[in-house]
Amino acid sequence: MIVEKLTKKYDGKTVVDEVSFEIPKGKVISMIGPNGAGKSTVMGILSRLIARDSGLVKFDGTDISKWKSKELSKRLAILTQSNNIQMKLTVRELVAFGRFPYSGGHLTPEDKEIINKAIGYMELEEFQDRFIDELSGGQRQRAYIAMVIAQDTEYVLLDEPTNNLDIYHATNMMKIVRRLCDELGKTVILVLHEINYAAFYSDYICAFTDGKIAKFGTVKEVMTKETLSDIYNVEFEIMEIEGKPLSIYY
Amino acid sequence: MSVCSLFIGVLDIRLSELISGDIRQWEIFFISRLPRLLAILCTGIGMSVAGLIMQQLCMNKFVSPTTGATISSAQFGILIALLFMPSSTLWGRAIFAFIAAILGTWIFVWFIQRIQFKDVVMVPLVGIMFGNVINGITNYLAYKYEMTQALSSWLVGHFSMVLRGRYEIVYLVVPLVILAFIFANHFNIVGMGKDFSKNLGVPYNFVLFMGLSIAAMITASVVVVVGSISYIGLIVPNLVAMFKGDKIRGTIVDTALFGAIFVLVCDIIGRVVIAPYELPIELIIGILGSIVFIGLLLYRLKNGRKAIRFGKKDTNTTLLKGGAGK
Repeated sequence: MIVEKLTKKYDGKTVVDEVSFEIPKGKVISMIGPNGAGKSTVMGILSRLIARDSGLVKFDGTDISKWKSKELSKRLAILTQSNNIQMKLTVRELVAFGRFPYSGGHLTPEDKEIINKAIGYMELEEFQDRFIDELSGGQRQRAYIAMVIAQDTEYVLLDEPTNNLDIYHATNMMKIVRRLCDELGKTVILVLHEINYAAFYSDYICAFTDGKIAKFGTVKEVMTKETLSDIYNVEFEIMEIEGKPLSIYY
Repeated sequence: MSVCSLFIGVLDIRLSELISGDIRQWEIFFISRLPRLLAILCTGIGMSVAGLIMQQLCMNKFVSPTTGATISSAQFGILIALLFMPSSTLWGRAIFAFIAAILGTWIFVWFIQRIQFKDVVMVPLVGIMFGNVINGITNYLAYKYEMTQALSSWLVGHFSMVLRGRYEIVYLVVPLVILAFIFANHFNIVGMGKDFSKNLGVPYNFVLFMGLSIAAMITASVVVVVGSISYIGLIVPNLVAMFKGDKIRGTIVDTALFGAIFVLVCDIIGRVVIAPYELPIELIIGILGSIVFIGLLLYRLKNGRKAIRFGKKDTNTTLLKGGAGK
């Protein structure tokens, strides 16, 4: 996936300003940055949820707008924060929607097997016939991830997956993200607010400020005192735990 | 069980009508009673399915053909037809009602999408207000051109005018409901939001407006024949969803059957209470509907959004035990 000179304006205000980068395959890439830096917008454009003003997003050599929506949904899945569905669906029914791009409403035995696997992978067997609005936040988030797994895409985009989760569930979510990449070979792109989650669980970090990329590189390249202080405008110290740079800010 | 009680209902009617059955009674039966029964069934099925679709697409449990301005728009369409084409046939009026109902519903949905309050109660309130505005215009025009008399038969729903040759439009409900069934999963996905449907490659706006058009056409074909029937589209889908969840594929049949039974029962009550005269069905449904609706609200207040489960409790507890055992 290659992004070239991406620009997006809202009411004359430039939110994303000629952003270019390339997403390495089979890695976990976190987008960080202060509020309003444009990371969520970039994520939206990558996943065709938001229309861009100019620039290119090349997916497998073809611009994303030239892809058929249905074909793209077999290759790329996105979970946004707005997924607080007010609907009485069982976990199983929700996960089954992940197969929609492949088989429409008619599930084949193969689909059912994939759904079972996805539910098993997220350890949701005992909840599979419960309604999603009866689950806890962490369980519900897992149900959505199971749906994405059933969608069986190479790319998975998650917009603030740890939002509204406590430390336990948020950490679990990050471990799941890691497994999606390591065990299932997916490329995972995340928007994150917690810098240390990004540092500990991803391969690459893409740091945004003012609609531009401040720094895009491996975790070690981005997690420096200077870069982070510049981006967030607060004092940073970098420590190393388990060979990974973690930050303290004050 | 639904199918069973449906047949009991059907039998009931035949018995009551044919109890003194000589050959002439049979004639009446075919000209009036059978059409009436079919119209009742189509109405019940149509209105509840239309309500179900609208609730899903608008992501709001309180939207229905009544609270979404569809019925008022259809009536407005009929009035326009009466005004400008006094000699128009039933089909002519139906076409006007279709167009008006579809446009009215589209405007309503476009409106609530524009204004970014997704308050559960605000949306139907806006719908009711919008519906009343249309009603007001309809009434004004009706008074001005002295059409109130003609219009009144479409304002209060009743089945007494249903005779052979005058009701066949209501059959349109059947193919439309089948169409709704085919697209049930699409409606479900669109009901989960724009991002969600785009992620799954479902064209959001297309499905939204197609679904609304189907719901509006179902409503219009009922309104043209029977008149305004409120509440069913609101109560029936909600009641069924409480037991069965929101997966449309799984509930559309139950919703349709339950709607049909509900209207049937109301019709029988309406005819029995002050026999040999009859009360308009709208009245009975209004009374019964309000009671059920208040009950529903109270139940929700008491038990939150929890689902009611019949007989499933056991499996649940065993499941939980199994989970704890691990």
